[in-house]
Amino acid sequence: MENRQQWGSRYGFIMAAVGSAVGLGNIWRFPAVAYENGGGAFFLPYLFALLTAGIPILIMEFTMGHKYRGSAPLSLFRVNKKAEWLGWWQVLIAFVICTYYAVIVAWAIKYTIFSFGTQWGADPGKFLFGKVLKLSEKPGEIGSLVPGVVLPLLFVWAVTLFVLYKGVSKGIEKLNKIFLPTLVVMFMVIVVRAVTLDGAVEGLNAFFKPNWDMILNGKVWVAAYGQIFFSLSIGFAIMLTYSSYLPKKSDISNNAFITAFANSGFELLAGIGVFAALGFMAKQQGVPVDEVVSSGIGLAFVVFPSIINEFPGMNGLFGVLFFLSLVFAGMTSLISIVETFVAGVQEKFNVSRTKAVLTGGLVATVISLLFATNGGLYLLDVVDYFINNFGVVLAGLMEVLLIAWFFKELNGLQSHANGVSDIQIGSWWKVCISFVTPVVLGYMMFDNIRQNLKQNYENYPTSLILFAGLFVVGATIVIAILLSIKGWKSSANTAGKKEVA
Amino acid sequence: MSGSAITMMVIGMVIIWGGLAASILNVVRVSRKS
Repeated sequence: MENRQQWGSRYGFIMAAVGSAVGLGNIWRFPAVAYENGGGAFFLPYLFALLTAGIPILIMEFTMGHKYRGSAPLSLFRVNKKAEWLGWWQVLIAFVICTYYAVIVAWAIKYTIFSFGTQWGADPGKFLFGKVLKLSEKPGEIGSLVPGVVLPLLFVWAVTLFVLYKGVSKGIEKLNKIFLPTLVVMFMVIVVRAVTLDGAVEGLNAFFKPNWDMILNGKVWVAAYGQIFFSLSIGFAIMLTYSSYLPKKSDISNNAFITAFANSGFELLAGIGVFAALGFMAKQQGVPVDEVVSSGIGLAFVVFPSIINEFPGMNGLFGVLFFLSLVFAGMTSLISIVETFVAGVQEKFNVSRTKAVLTGGLVATVISLLFATNGGLYLLDVVDYFINNFGVVLAGLMEVLLIAWFFKELNGLQSHANGVSDIQIGSWWKVCISFVTPVVLGYMMFDNIRQNLKQNYENYPTSLILFAGLFVVGATIVIAILLSIKGWKSSANTAGKKEVA
Repeated sequence: MSGSAITMMVIGMVIIWGGLAASILNVVRVSRKS
């Protein structure tokens, strides 16, 4: 067993943690979620969710990683051997997510190149679905591989696996120290340009104008908790794994506050940039802002190319800046996702990091090719929806229930965190983890089930929902349980090494 | 932009970016102390 790696500095750890949290969702999910849930009034439930769920769970995961110094399966095994399955489940959820996340980063790389001369032309929608993705006519038809997507996808995997092979300090930390500041600078340039465009004020007005009538709507609060939960990379092993590489004398609580506020700060910046640009587009087309609001893949690869087409000058440059921002935000998150199972495999099977990177990476690369087919986009949409709304939410719920209620770990974690941290956490933290988070996540699960029993997600065929949705989530649980039954090949689980920090 | 939109924009910026600045300043303060 190799010696456990460590971050080179506190700054390096924070850069990596923020790099993981700041991803594609910050740019293409937050602005639309905020707009649809009360605009400026959304900040109230959003900040409440940040303080009562985001930061408390982040402190909990940082503390678990730091205290038990292992990947998610090993740390949870050290909490109680009956909890190991949950660690594997979280790792497998991360594995599924990385297989399609890499494909989106590959599209962004393609679009960075397409930006030279705005090659998407006057109809970016037709260009994306017809020329780039060569999308099949019906959902459920896999078709064949699309070479134009496969090539950048293989490049994404090569870079990811190389960075992971280089290790925690020389690979992940170094990359994040370059990528994250560059991402912020590039995005700042986009925001400054966007807010000076004609119509930007109308866009910002639509984004920030508070609709206080919505504040009492339960769905708005669930949306706020959902945004915080999905955006902070919590509930699926990432933050726990990253904090396990912290040196013994490392702060926990203050690092969690910096990570959470930096993530939200970037979301706010993205909201300003996106809505200023949407306001400009609405003005150009002579329509109200609400008619051009969009999110997700449609916003990034259809609406934004249309906006860039309308730019008064330097269209190509702003296209490159926008899509390169997506690449950088995506890469730092992708690397953190893959690191979860590299660490898990390495510790469980007592293999070298190189072997863990190569085997885990190879399997993930092969599976990700499924999303580079003609039917890949439909598959991606269904897998993404189910793995997030049923996998991540349920795994997060199980995590807080097991830690707070079944294994009663909160007092131990609290004293460990307070022993090393600048900011002392009090009983508010235990209340948030024991009561607020389980209630909100439980309600989210209940609401997800209710909605899906009513009708199929996006009216996709039942066969696709069963295979790409329920089967994938079910398989992650079954494999996680099987892996937890198998014994540890390393001595990592011995009692002497428990609570090493 | 309407007054309420400007107010919410400023509140959001102050709390989120201010929270980030405060937590970074706390690190600087503690490291100087030690």
